[in-house]
This record gives sequence, C-alpha cells and structure tokens, in this order.
Amino acid sequence: MLFFFETLIKIALLIAGLMTAAAYLVLVERWMAAWIQDRVGPNRVGVPLTKIRLFGLGQPAADGGKFFFKEEFTPGHVDRALYFLGPMIMLTAALAVFAVIPFGSVLPTRFGVEGLSEPIRLVVAPGMAAGLVYVFAVNGLAVYGALLSGWASNNKYSLLGGLRSAAQLVSYELPLGLGILGVVLVAGSLDLETIISHQAQSGAWNFMLQPLGFVIFFVAGFAESGRLPFDLAESEQELVGGYHTEYSGVKLLMIMVSEYLHMFTASFLIVILFFGGWHFWGLTGSSDVVTWPVALLRVVVLLGKVLLTILFFMVARWSWPRFRFDQLMGLAWKVMLPLGLLNLVVLAVWMEYGRAVAEATGLSYLAATAAVGWGTLAVAWLAVVWFAPSASDNRPQRSPVVQEVCR
Amino acid sequence: MKPNDPDIRWVKEPPMGPTGKTYLSLFLGGFTTTLKHLVSKKKTIPFPDRHYECPDPLIYRGVHRLNRDDQGRVKCVACFLCSTACPAYCIDIVAAESPWPDREKYPESFTIDELRCIYCGMCEEACPVDAIELTSLFDLSGKSREEMIFDKEKLLAVYDMTKDAEPRRTAGRPPTPPRDTGGPS
Repeated sequence: MLFFFETLIKIALLIAGLMTAAAYLVLVERWMAAWIQDRVGPNRVGVPLTKIRLFGLGQPAADGGKFFFKEEFTPGHVDRALYFLGPMIMLTAALAVFAVIPFGSVLPTRFGVEGLSEPIRLVVAPGMAAGLVYVFAVNGLAVYGALLSGWASNNKYSLLGGLRSAAQLVSYELPLGLGILGVVLVAGSLDLETIISHQAQSGAWNFMLQPLGFVIFFVAGFAESGRLPFDLAESEQELVGGYHTEYSGVKLLMIMVSEYLHMFTASFLIVILFFGGWHFWGLTGSSDVVTWPVALLRVVVLLGKVLLTILFFMVARWSWPRFRFDQLMGLAWKVMLPLGLLNLVVLAVWMEYGRAVAEATGLSYLAATAAVGWGTLAVAWLAVVWFAPSASDNRPQRSPVVQEVCR
Repeated sequence: MKPNDPDIRWVKEPPMGPTGKTYLSLFLGGFTTTLKHLVSKKKTIPFPDRHYECPDPLIYRGVHRLNRDDQGRVKCVACFLCSTACPAYCIDIVAAESPWPDREKYPESFTIDELRCIYCGMCEEACPVDAIELTSLFDLSGKSREEMIFDKEKLLAVYDMTKDAEPRRTAGRPPTPPRDTGGPS
C-alpha cells in the first residue's frame, strides 16, 4: 500500500514536471528561434493584468490558455472514434515512456516512513529489468497515434503526413535499436539505472567508448522525435501540418505536447545511455549510498545535461535543411543500418577478446576500448564518404534518360 | 519547354573538395552560422518603447500633410492634379475662388481617406506647387473610420507637427539643372 502511494507521488511529480518543462521549453524554443533569426522573441507577457513583463515568462500561460479557449472544431468528414483516439494514444504513449526513465539517482532518506524501500529511487518503476524494451514498445505506440490521426482526418495532407510519419518511425527504430544494443552489451543490463551506474563506476561515458553507436543513436533519436531536419511528417511547406492538419484546440495541444515529450524522451535516453546520466567526475560519486547534497547534485547534473541536449535540438532545427524523403530512407537503410551492425559486431568481438588483447598489449582496458571505438568510427565515416560522398548540387541534371524520354 | 530544349542552360555547381565530401564542412558550417546569429546583435525595434528612425524621412511615404506657404496660408491651388493622379481615388477636393490675389483658386475643403490611400506617392509627384507631401509618420491609427478621413485642418496640423523635423522637400534642395537634351546647341 505504501509502495502504491510512493509511486503515485512520483507520477504526480513527474507529470507536473514534464508539463511545466514542456510549457517553458516552448518559450525557450521560441526565444532560440528568434535569437537565431536576429529577433528578440516573446518578451512582453508577464504577470497577468499588470504591466510587469518578466522577460516574457508569462508566455506559456498565455499560450496554454489560448489553446483551451480556441474553438475545438471537428470537421464533418472525419472518422470520429479514431479522430479522438489518435491524440489520446499519442499523449498516453509519450507520458508512459517516462515510467522507467530515471529523473535522478536516489534519495538518502525514506522520510521516517516505515515500510518504504530504502533508498527511494527517483524513477517511477524502479529496478525494471526490461526497461529499454519497455521504452521501445511504448515509443512504438506513437506511430499508431500519428497513423490514426492521419487516417481518421480524411484529408490528403493528413494522410500523407501519417504515412510519412509511420514510414520514418518504423525505419529509424532499427538504427535506434542497434545504437542501444552496443550500450546494453557493455552494461549487461536493459535497466536504465544499471546502465547509468555502470558508466559512473567505470568513469568513462559510453560516447567515449563507442562513438559510432552514439552517432547512430543520436541521428536516429532526432528522426524518432520528428524534429527538423527529420520533420517530414509535418513539414509545413509541403503538407500544411501533416497528420494534425485537421486538429484544433485541446486535441492539437495534446499532439504538440506529445511531440515535445518525444524530444524529452530522446534527450533523456541520449544522456542516460551515452553521457553518463547523473554522473559527473569528481562531483557526484558513483555509489548508491548518498548524502542530501550529492543526491540533489545528481538530479541537477542529469537535468542539466538533458537541458543542454534539448538546446542542441533547438539549435539544430535552424542549422540544417530538411531531408528529402528518399534521402531520409536512404540514410536509414543504406547508411545507418550497416553502420549499426558494424558497431555491434565490433563491440561483440571486443567484449569476447578485448581483455586478452588489452593484457597482451599492456594498455588499460578502457583506453583500448576507446581506441577501438574511435577507430571504428573513423573507418565507418571514411566508408560512407567513399561510397556516398556528400553532394551540394541536388538540382536535376541533364541525363541521357531525359533526352530519350523527350524524343 | 522540354528538358532537351536547346535554350535551357544546364548549370552545375562546382564540385566539393575532399573536406566537403566528408559531410563535416556542411555540418559545421550550418552550425556555426546559427551560433553566430544566436549571439549577434538583434535587429528588432521594440516598437512602443522605441520608434523606428527613418534614415531619410524625405523619401519615406507615410501620412500626408498639406504644406503652408510663408504667410501660413495653405499652399494648395486646387488644381485637382493630385486627385486625378490618385489610383485609389482617395483625395476629395472642393475648390473655391481664392480670397488672395496671387492665385485663382484655393481648396475650400481637402479630404484624404487615409484608409483608402495606398501610399504610392503619386499625389506629391503630381503637385505643381509642392503643396501635398508624404511624411515619415507611419504609426497611423484610429478608433473609427470617420476619424481616419483627414480634412484640411488635420492635414495642415500634420504639417505644423512635422515641419521642423522634415523640412519641405523643395526647400533645402538645389534646383534641378536643365536636362541636356543632346541636341545641337
């Protein structure tokens, strides 16, 4: 029973935190967008009914309020059941993922309540052995949300957006999984907390040891969260709004929030799997027995890293143009998939024979692993450059085929 | 036009060098551009707090004004050239016999519908006595349509308001030299 209440409190904290973070990060994103475009961004809305501006910190309330007071219009041509189900599935799936994602390490006390597990772990479902599998399963549900909304809207733009979204998410699940498998192989567990503490104990974050896996996971994470340069599912210039073209009001808000939560999920996973989670050298220690300052510091370090990743997402949005759809698919199937397999094979072989090799050459095991990892990245990169060099000219070329067709 | 049309010029971009082919230069190039703009000086003018300062108010086309001559009388001679030139038909003039000896007519009423005006500046081009001019006032607003129909008094008031900041266009400028027609002299 106590355990039940503990979980309820954690869920309440997590959902409140996520929603607030989503609201304020929308403001941050608008600021970043404005600054990158040499504007100043929203800076007027402050405390309601007063003239206090507070640098625009009241903007999230205004944005949210606007969504609630907008007319919630349901077009007559939609499939009503599926139309309502789509956003619900999306939001549920996006929130449910966070059940196994830790938002800190542990608390040193159980607040004098007998019967609670000690120490209190800062994750809704602690010690879930199948953590990453759960993340993948629930994250995969998001495809249903996009597909259902796209189909039920009964509109060509929505349908195209839904189809694009489904194709993109399904394709990038593969490299995403291959990127993760390397980490799982090294840590020997699917539990996210174990993966963090494994990195904390060795002191080497995974991106140093397997940079190729990191690059693959990072790009696939971008694609999974549907952000630019991978936002083909809702590319405004082509598809109006993609699968949420026909949505308005609170349903649109639900879709938007769940897209934001996907970005959070991707950022959390990137930080936890490859950047050591709550670990920072010389600051946070690595054991499970902590004092209050260390416990708080771990939360701050983890959330700080996540924030930095999210900021990178926001800058990336304005840095590179969107992929064409064939380029997107080519990247997933022709580049990321083989590289992911290469990374996996190299890591598996190294796990089997690495210690012997390290002993024979007299290097430390971690240094040798890092050397192998960066070597793999260099080889893979050169292979990509060799077989598919980047081209700046994508315009139609004069080709014999065109000549033939025109005659 | 078919793709094999001889008039089509097929242009190719210069091929990328070895660093360009590694994707890294484009990747870093995009990123540095955004970061540079992220920290650069912002171009926004926070409007009600600060106003846009027109670099050359003489060429800006904002709210109209009716100029006064040296004796403070309206300069207009009610020749109707501006309302004839106006493509939006927003100028309405009622002419009357002039009480002054130096001209035959003067505008009894001179009305411009500022909501209808497209601010093309044809009226000031047309005016033979430089009586109507466009100022650099741009933040024109009102609470009703009637309020936005400017009559003679209002247009003269605009002149009184702006005459110090924006001298009459012809006042400070040297007269245009006679055009060289290139014919035999």
